[in-house]
Amino acid sequence: MSQAEFAAALLSPRSPAPHGLRTWNGSDPAQRFRVYRNNVVVALIDALAATFPVTLALCGEAFFRNMAREFALASPPASPLLADFGQDLPAFIAGHEAARPVPYLADVARLEAARAAVWHAGDATALAPDTFAGFPSDIGEAVLKLHPAHAVLSAPYPVVSIWAAHNGLGELADIDLNLPEEALVIRPDLDTEIWRLPPGGAAFIRAVGAGQTVADAAMTAWAGNPAFEPAAALSLAIRARLFIAIIPGASR
Amino acid sequence: MPRAAGTAQTARLASAPAAPLPSPAGLPARAGIGFKSEHAEELKKGPASIGFLEVHAENYMGAGGRPHADLTALRALYPLSVHGVGLSIGGERPLDRAHLDRLRRVLERYQPESFSEHLAWSTHDGHYLADLLPVAYTGATLTRVVDHIDQVQASLGRRMLLENPSTYVAFTASDWDEVDFITEVQRRSGCGLLLDVNNVAVTCANHGRDPIAYLDAFPVAAVGEIHLAGYAEDHDSLGARLLIDAHGSPVATDVWPLYAHALSRTGPVATLIEWDNDVPALDRLIAEATMAEGYLSAASARREHAA
Repeated sequence: MSQAEFAAALLSPRSPAPHGLRTWNGSDPAQRFRVYRNNVVVALIDALAATFPVTLALCGEAFFRNMAREFALASPPASPLLADFGQDLPAFIAGHEAARPVPYLADVARLEAARAAVWHAGDATALAPDTFAGFPSDIGEAVLKLHPAHAVLSAPYPVVSIWAAHNGLGELADIDLNLPEEALVIRPDLDTEIWRLPPGGAAFIRAVGAGQTVADAAMTAWAGNPAFEPAAALSLAIRARLFIAIIPGASR
Repeated sequence: MPRAAGTAQTARLASAPAAPLPSPAGLPARAGIGFKSEHAEELKKGPASIGFLEVHAENYMGAGGRPHADLTALRALYPLSVHGVGLSIGGERPLDRAHLDRLRRVLERYQPESFSEHLAWSTHDGHYLADLLPVAYTGATLTRVVDHIDQVQASLGRRMLLENPSTYVAFTASDWDEVDFITEVQRRSGCGLLLDVNNVAVTCANHGRDPIAYLDAFPVAAVGEIHLAGYAEDHDSLGARLLIDAHGSPVATDVWPLYAHALSRTGPVATLIEWDNDVPALDRLIAEATMAEGYLSAASARREHAA
């Protein structure tokens, strides 16, 4: 028996048990091997269920666990850091035929994957919103440094509203499922928060994160979405405590 | 890091008993519990009547956030044991250097009184299999495990404890008895041992062995910690008991006498209540730890009486 054979048998439920196993009493080693097979798959499914609770609620526990099993066996974790496991689940869901009836499932999973990544991301001291209170109109020339524990995403579905409804904030029945939404996931201190961004907000934050000045980032966002309103996006990001440093422009 | 390099020299002395590695003060000979995040706020109120906390190393390998904030606060209040589950010391492939580096950073940051890992493998060809898988007890495995422990101890600059496994199958290739194998690994590597008494109960039930004989043969002088946990019960294809190391229930009634027997050989030693699934309220965990403290006190009294 090699560990390659043992590992392959663990990940392919229909294959026979590996060679070279024995039992003290002559009982069937394959039946005992199934304890390992079960331990592995249950641990991986449980890890995904913990990371994707709203995704699970949307498709039902039985459906989620079947889908998670298929994903886990096809793409087992690449490291013992189970907290990272599942970053590829949204893409798997997007290509999963059986998940089609819930078209927004993959996008909600993207939001939950971002939430998990932000939970473990690096620490930094977020600027308090009143840091910006006395800031003059030339904020447009400034470059703002973003907190490392953040993510933004744009979805063709109202993923923030769906996520919020599953966390007791609003009713799922009141949501127009055809509206796109953009999300900011941010952990200014220890708790992760999810904010609904105004249209174009995700592109704006990405551009600021790439080092553009606030004014240039606003132009970038506006080019992608004429409905973009810079003041709304900037004030939300300030209230969400997305920024950790202000580098004033050199124009004056 | 000069100290680690020096240790590497010492630890690689072929098959002779290794020279002692820098060893932290060690855990107190008291009962501890596994730290679960839902108990963080209660535990931060001040030292509960527990001797130490144990955490899984892999939960503290992220960059930041609440896990580190909690552990930093708790580490100031309690002695700490860091227990790894992902190093794959029994693996056929070389150790994952990136994982070993992550582990070293956790230990440097929290300076735990103890670090332990398993006689098992969990990673193969870049896939983490999320379970502690069994090794065949052969001469080749022995050499490999000792090499891996040498590498771990040299890299971490400290002595580690190696835990005896729970297993459900045995291998036709095994030509070493489990306790003899562990004894020889310990002798060659100079590592310490973590005696998991629940694993002794599970493994002995699953392979038709006498747990008392197992404990009597165990090289107790190297034991730096004991684990206790609950098992789940199943049956094999012939209807014989098949115990599963489940960590989701109280310590089983037949494990407590084995614990008492183990203590009669080891003397009082740090003892962890492991309860990782269906985690109960903190009070319930502390009640289990208090049971263990009772056995520890009795072991201390016996020791003083004998002295």
